[in-house]
Amino acid sequence: MIWLIGAGGAIGAAARYFLGAFINSRGKRDFPIGTWLVNITGSLLLGVLTGLYVFHYLPQWIWFLLGIGFCGAYTTFSTFSTENMALIEKSKYRLAMSYLISSVLIGILAAGAGYFLVVKLIG
Amino acid sequence: MQQLSGGVFINIILMMLGGFIGSICRFYAGEWARGHLDARVPFGTLLINLLGCFFLGWLLTYASRKVQINERVVLFLGTGFTGSFTTFSAFSVETVILLDDGHFLWAAIYVLLSILLGLCFAIAGKALADSIFIRGGESE
Repeated sequence: MIWLIGAGGAIGAAARYFLGAFINSRGKRDFPIGTWLVNITGSLLLGVLTGLYVFHYLPQWIWFLLGIGFCGAYTTFSTFSTENMALIEKSKYRLAMSYLISSVLIGILAAGAGYFLVVKLIG
Repeated sequence: MQQLSGGVFINIILMMLGGFIGSICRFYAGEWARGHLDARVPFGTLLINLLGCFFLGWLLTYASRKVQINERVVLFLGTGFTGSFTTFSAFSVETVILLDDGHFLWAAIYVLLSILLGLCFAIAGKALADSIFIRGGESE
């Protein structure tokens, strides 16, 4: 079981890395769009998986591989915080606030949308 | 992105290995927290995220000042391990579950604690790295 978490985590980390590298290759921006996108799409996916898992539609090994492993590693809180810190240090307060608030708000909305969509469909 | 070469391949393997270990550490830390911290707020994820914020704040500052640090160390420990150890999706979903259960106040507390303390811990990690360089008198 623990290997499934590790394997999902390794793939999740790679997905986060390549998405970030792809976005950076298309021009540098002040707004950390890579982490933003990763955290919101990962929240949506984990919302769906949690809904399926809670209603026993998801075998435990898939929950370990995709839920705890992939989604957990694909999304990241530490980079989110250090990017906010860097924006604040550069006195880009409005950008820091919009990054912080939109990540949290849209992240929670995405997770909720995924979760309640599943609950509505199968619950 | 770097040009593709054997070196890049090793970088990716190291980063994925970091993700492998980081995810397993997150799972065990979460299980430990569930057994020791019985509370409405998901303290396990909070604790994991705060530890990761502190460490990444330290690592990135240290690496930016230390010229001879290997970029592979940052990829393995930063992007791979700490990036995968901490998690945003569990934070979002746990908040949704708290809201769904009607614990609006706890949800607000959890979100605010995560954001504000996460920033504080990142700043503390950075300050620690800075203080090492000031005390050690090393040049930037």
